[in-house]
Amino acid sequence: MVPLSYYLVLSGILFACGVIGFLIKRNIITIFLSIELMLNGVNLSFVAFAAHWHALAGQVFVFFVMVVAAAEAAVGLAIIIAVYRTRETLNVDRVNLLKL
Amino acid sequence: MTPNLNLWLIPVLPLAGAAINGLFGKKASRAGVSTVALLFTGAAFLWALVAAARFSSVAVSCQEYLFNNPHLAHWIRISGFSADFAFYLDQLSLVMLLVVTGVGFLIHIYSVGYMWDDPGYYRFFSYLNLFMFFMLTLVLANNYLLMFIGWEGVGLASYLLIGFWFTKDSAASAGKKAFIVNRIGDFGFLIGLFLLIRQFGTLNFTQVFDGVTRLTPGAGTETLLTTVGILLMIGACGKSAQIPLYVWLPDAMEGPTPVSALIHAATMVTAGVYMVARSHVIFERAPIALTVVAIIGTLTAFYAATIGIAQTDIKKVLAYSTVSQLGYMFMACGVGAFSAGIFHLMTHAFFKGLLFLGAGSVIHAVGGEQDMRKMGGLKSYVPWTALTMGIATLAITGIPPFAGFWSKDEILWKAYQTSWIYWLIGLVTAFITSFYMFRLYFMTFFGDYRGIRVDEHGHSHIAGGDAAHAHGEPHESPAVMLVPLIILAFLSLVGGLVAIGGSFEHFLAPVFGASEATPASGIASNRGLEIMLMVISVLVAVLGAALAWVLYVSKPYLPQQIAARLGGLYDAVLNKYYVDELYAALFVKPVVDGSTDILWQGVDRKVIDDSINDAADGARHVSDNARRMQSGNLRSYAGWIAAGSAVMIAYMIWLGVAR
Repeated sequence: MVPLSYYLVLSGILFACGVIGFLIKRNIITIFLSIELMLNGVNLSFVAFAAHWHALAGQVFVFFVMVVAAAEAAVGLAIIIAVYRTRETLNVDRVNLLKL
Repeated sequence: MTPNLNLWLIPVLPLAGAAINGLFGKKASRAGVSTVALLFTGAAFLWALVAAARFSSVAVSCQEYLFNNPHLAHWIRISGFSADFAFYLDQLSLVMLLVVTGVGFLIHIYSVGYMWDDPGYYRFFSYLNLFMFFMLTLVLANNYLLMFIGWEGVGLASYLLIGFWFTKDSAASAGKKAFIVNRIGDFGFLIGLFLLIRQFGTLNFTQVFDGVTRLTPGAGTETLLTTVGILLMIGACGKSAQIPLYVWLPDAMEGPTPVSALIHAATMVTAGVYMVARSHVIFERAPIALTVVAIIGTLTAFYAATIGIAQTDIKKVLAYSTVSQLGYMFMACGVGAFSAGIFHLMTHAFFKGLLFLGAGSVIHAVGGEQDMRKMGGLKSYVPWTALTMGIATLAITGIPPFAGFWSKDEILWKAYQTSWIYWLIGLVTAFITSFYMFRLYFMTFFGDYRGIRVDEHGHSHIAGGDAAHAHGEPHESPAVMLVPLIILAFLSLVGGLVAIGGSFEHFLAPVFGASEATPASGIASNRGLEIMLMVISVLVAVLGAALAWVLYVSKPYLPQQIAARLGGLYDAVLNKYYVDELYAALFVKPVVDGSTDILWQGVDRKVIDDSINDAADGARHVSDNARRMQSGNLRSYAGWIAAGSAVMIAYMIWLGVAR
């Protein structure tokens, strides 16, 4: 059996990749993907703990996260398309009308 | 029981006059302004006469509330203390009331002529009426607090009127000086009042004096009453220009001459004497305070008289003479002869008011000149002024049967009963008084005219000066100014006769009680001694007059030689013993320097301003830097969140490892 720590390390790596991608990328789709990466990194740790402790709560949480992620993807992609239509760009630094 | 005299009308009438003239006088004609001013002061005088007539028919002390409604007239009512808008009339306040309204009314009439050419005509009468209001409040109040309101109010009116020609720097600073010096005295007065409140819980005259008489005699009681007495005397020193606070009165002569007559000779400056006499119950039980009063009075009388010798400004001579005469009044109070003090107050109001009005008439006649060295020989130009001022001079020097003789002699006789030292100094002062008053009279009216003659009418106006108007030969004043002079001259002539046979003292006896009736020693009944002292004081007055005649009429070159011979002493007297300079060096300069260097440059700029500026600078610095964090760049925020989380995680891991 694979020890718990392996899962957690992998989860942490995934999450860190997500964070770094979120911070350094400018393309909005890539940022979106990075967010998914962070969510799934967390999901991985949830299921790992659930399996380790033989508790269902972690798996239930994962379902919730997936639902939220799906909803977020739907809304987020719709926004991205709308932004692209009006501004002809996917670079977040160009979408700064609200910035002072 | 007590008749309703509507006393409140007496002060309120001049107040109404002041309000009407102050609010509407600017647009009104001079005739309108003077009508209003005279009408309201005249009405106050008439009402005072009515009140006096009805009062004497009842012959009890009368106390009543403003607007006759105790519920309306409550002023301060807190637990354990109360003060009301209430008036009180007894023999003492009746004398003051008649002097203030009577002399005040005459001086109002005089001012109509004197101030006619002044652009601030309405302002002058508004202030003058305001002064009457406050002075009458002071005199009629039934408690110390309301009296204090009047006390401060006359100080305000005095300030406004001294600085009446406020464009003149000397007048503005004289007003300021009067106000500040009076504050010092008022400080003592207030502390005295606080002590009374603490002891008796009231400031009502009747209640306080009842309380004082009920106090058990003992060291504690005497200490308290002595303290209160001395504090009240400090207040009186300020208002009545006694040593060491007399310095403001000579400078107050910067005001128009009717003001000097009304405020700085006849009425306001006597408020201190009135207050001490009113508080006689306290002073009688505090022998030390009483001695202080007597010593201050005696010293002031002598000291101010000596300064009067060398002054050349006609009003300054009269100012020092006023200080000196006020000293006599305090001397009388100090030896327990309150009624003699009040008597002298009354006669002094007549003859000193007259002297000032006469001086005003002289100044008017010579076109604004106040230096006596540039007068002389005026008796042929201004016969009426010369005559009336002659009567006043005889009155102040104490030649019988003029008013001053009776009152001054009464004071000297009472002083002799206490101690021959007071009497002796008083006598020397009487000699000096006689000398400088006749010096003034001879320099002004005798000899040759030494002033400048301007033949054509219309020479230069003296901006904001006394009686500045186009001028030729010295000329007599108009009738509106002469009539008050003549009335006051008549009063100076006969005013003393009311005291013949002790009738004035008898009249005031209900106020001052039996305290004066019983003489301290057997000499009081010595009729021969009294007459001998009387003769001595008259002789001394005549001697002073004769000396003045020799020095200023028959041998006018002598004074210069004597002055040269005396050298330093003469300079000291001429410069008022350098007291103004001394006060400037001792008190004014340290305060000004301290305020400038320490309080302004040090505390205000270095501490307060700098600390506020530094705090503001610091806040701006910090926020300048903090502002960079809020860039509006979302990814930088995310970076901060990530960094923060990383720190938190590292901390938790460290905690776990440490465990």
